[in-house]
Amino acid sequence: MIEVKHLNKSFDGKQVLYDISATFRHGAVNQIIGKSGSGKTVLMKSIIGLFKAESGEVLYDGRNLLDMSKREIKLLRREVGMLFQGSALFDSMSVIENVMYPLQMFSDMSKIDVEKRAKFCLERVNLQTHAYHLMPGEISGGMQKRVAIARAISLNPKYLFCDEPNSGLDPVTSLVIDKLIEDITQEFNITTIINTHDMNSIMETGANIILINKGHKGWEGSKEGIFTDDNQALNDFVFASELYKKVKLANQK
Amino acid sequence: MLGLDTVGRYVELMKRTFSKPDNWKMFWRQLPKEMEKLGIDSIGIIVLISIFMGAIMTMQTVLNTENPLLPRYSTGLVLRDTMLLEFASSIMSLLLAGKVGSNIASEIGSMRITEQIDALEIMGVNSANYLILPKVIGLVLCMPLLVTFSVFCGLIGGTGVAYFTDLIPVADFIYGIQYAFIPYYFTYSIIKSLFFGFIIASISAFYGYYAYGGALNVGRASTNAVVNSSIVILLMNIVLTQLLLV
Ligand SMILES: Nc1ncnc2c1ncn2[C@@H]1O[C@H](COP(=O)(O)OP(=O)(O)O)[C@@H](O)[C@H]1O
Ligand SMILES: [Mg+2]
Repeated sequence: MIEVKHLNKSFDGKQVLYDISATFRHGAVNQIIGKSGSGKTVLMKSIIGLFKAESGEVLYDGRNLLDMSKREIKLLRREVGMLFQGSALFDSMSVIENVMYPLQMFSDMSKIDVEKRAKFCLERVNLQTHAYHLMPGEISGGMQKRVAIARAISLNPKYLFCDEPNSGLDPVTSLVIDKLIEDITQEFNITTIINTHDMNSIMETGANIILINKGHKGWEGSKEGIFTDDNQALNDFVFASELYKKVKLANQK
Repeated sequence: MLGLDTVGRYVELMKRTFSKPDNWKMFWRQLPKEMEKLGIDSIGIIVLISIFMGAIMTMQTVLNTENPLLPRYSTGLVLRDTMLLEFASSIMSLLLAGKVGSNIASEIGSMRITEQIDALEIMGVNSANYLILPKVIGLVLCMPLLVTFSVFCGLIGGTGVAYFTDLIPVADFIYGIQYAFIPYYFTYSIIKSLFFGFIIASISAFYGYYAYGGALNVGRASTNAVVNSSIVILLMNIVLTQLLLV
């Protein structure tokens, strides 16, 4: 479980996050939703500690990130996996080398075991074996996402962060990736946090959602409340598209 | 351009770079790769430029010193000392700042903007140390080799001119190359090149590491890397000459 309490973050005097508090549940996919530029990525990176929040608390099962020494943060990082918006695969390494990298860096596994574990992770994300020795530039965006997930779970993380896992993917592949993340979260009992503004994704996986609106927490709830809750920020976000306006009207009739 | 705050961030980055690697095995694996990419792959251009510069300097020296009082071997001597004292270290380093510096800045810069550096940090890797240290050490280790190549190729270029033209007899030229040789000049050149190698690799890595935004900014980081490492090389050249020769 990750808890965020009264988190504030600004860049050069320009405040981006205002007093955010939220709880992200264990063994579940938690979502941070909001328009582009609302502060989702900054929130996620502040929770991980890539950005340093000015005030507040970020509790990883009770351990406050903002009180940790550099050494403690480094150790915590070994329990964290992250899927970046553009996949962020190391482009000088092949697919399988990407997945092997964290294992080589931080485990005392033998070469054979490292390769076994990497193959296990790649099989888990259903990557075709012929792609194992290709370079990241040679595979499709959907496959890159799979590899990035495999790399993120290679060290058995307790916490998994996914920044816009659907960006740049077609709707079908998006759903497959969402499902994969959800399955892995439950299978390995991970606390997963996803950033998204994709309505399909929200309706598919949204069990625990917080909405960020211009750096403030605008709403929290689950997909059941998405269309029905009476909240200005939520309605602005959800009914920005004509399609969902029609859905709403249809529901009201 | 080089504000105090920039210098501060550079020092900060170097502190993180020169710390103990998270995994020595990975460091020893990276090092030869970087030496090949930064050093060995630069030999070709250095050989080419040094041969031609040696040749042209020989021709110019002969053509522009028609004073009969100057001994004929002075051409070889002038070429040798110019190559040793300045060309093989300073001019070569300026050239490398262009070739290697832009390569380092754009490689690290594109890793920054595609979040590969964040990915390393998330894993708990000291990204500065992992990415920059092998480049700095690799280039510094290659510098003596590059300087030596440059000096020899320059002299070969000059000898070629003596051999293929009738500007100067080969025997006089060779005599000049050997005349009053001061071995310390070679040491001086090597020492300078070590500093320059460090400057090129570390400053270029700095501009790449702090790139932000899109692909355009990687280009900008790369330009900044070349310009600023060249300026620092020029300034450092004066300081080192003062310290080592005067
Ligand atoms: N490194 C940074 N420096 C300064 N401002 C930033 C930085 N990163 C993000 N911001 C600003 O924070 C705001 C929120 O950005 P972000 O979290 O990326 O939005 P999104 O919800 O689309 O992920 C934007 O106004 C952005 O300009
Ligand atoms: Mg974002």
